Amino acid sequence: MNFAVVQFPGSNCDQDVVHVLRNVLGHSARLLWHKEQSLGDAEAVVVPGGFSFGDYLRTGAIARFSPVMQAVRSFAAQGGPVLGICNGFQILCEAGLLPGALVRNRSLQFRCEPVFLKTATADSPFTNRIPAGKLLRLPIAHGEGCYFADDETLARLRANNQILWHYVNAEGEPTPGSNPNGSLENIAGICNDARNVAALMPHPERASEPILGCADGRLLFESMICKCP
Amino acid sequence: MAGGARQETKLHCWMKAKIVITPKKAVVDPQGKTVQNALAQMGYAGIGAVHVGKYLEVELAGTDLEAARRQIDDACHRLLSNPVIEDYRFDLEPT
Repeated sequence: MNFAVVQFPGSNCDQDVVHVLRNVLGHSARLLWHKEQSLGDAEAVVVPGGFSFGDYLRTGAIARFSPVMQAVRSFAAQGGPVLGICNGFQILCEAGLLPGALVRNRSLQFRCEPVFLKTATADSPFTNRIPAGKLLRLPIAHGEGCYFADDETLARLRANNQILWHYVNAEGEPTPGSNPNGSLENIAGICNDARNVAALMPHPERASEPILGCADGRLLFESMICKCP
Repeated sequence: MAGGARQETKLHCWMKAKIVITPKKAVVDPQGKTVQNALAQMGYAGIGAVHVGKYLEVELAGTDLEAARRQIDDACHRLLSNPVIEDYRFDLEPT
């Protein structure tokens, strides 16, 4: 499977994603500079984490206008799978490819720690390989990860099963204490209405090998690979 | 920047937009709350809600205030603010 990993000035998780896709999972992955206007033969796109354009103005606000994002938009409109991670989540929201926005953590702290995630549905190209009931242990590292959407949008997300992951405690309960950033309803990741664009704040690429302490992140990438025709 | 140094363009700007961006009421504003608490702790009496936003100044060429107003409004909507979480207002004045 051919992955394109978009690289903006200030991206810093792009190489990690490429490493996991190529060296851990044995698939083809190439970096795509943000000035590119075409995704080439890519069958899936990852918008990685980092601090694109220094997070100036708002996180993801400048990156969404990069030429490559027009190509990502067309790719998504044709049903191509797009995964955003951390800053990638912020960019996809700013671009309008996902509803809502990520704002400053309620604690005002930059949170860098492992969290537990519960997958709400296996019905998406990003979760279909995640066993029911399995908690994922993934690291977070962000200052603006508090998911916000208005009531109407939240109701629509719930009704369409678009909430893919919640922050939970070790028992799998979405408690206030297990919510690292103040996200509404402990939301850690969502997908769009068509289910081919998804994003989350935690970093699956930083937890895809046992040597790193946990390989739960692999399940997300394996889900995408499994879905590829 | 590919191709060397960026070309300096010197525009004669006759108008200035003063733009204020604030978090929407429904969005939690932990910065505002923290500043509010700090002010109260410092002993300032009667401190109510504090909201932390952004202030931008944009200089504009030309003298057509109406055209500039439309342009700034468009820019505020598309880039300078995020309508999901922020409100904006601006004044436009000749300089």
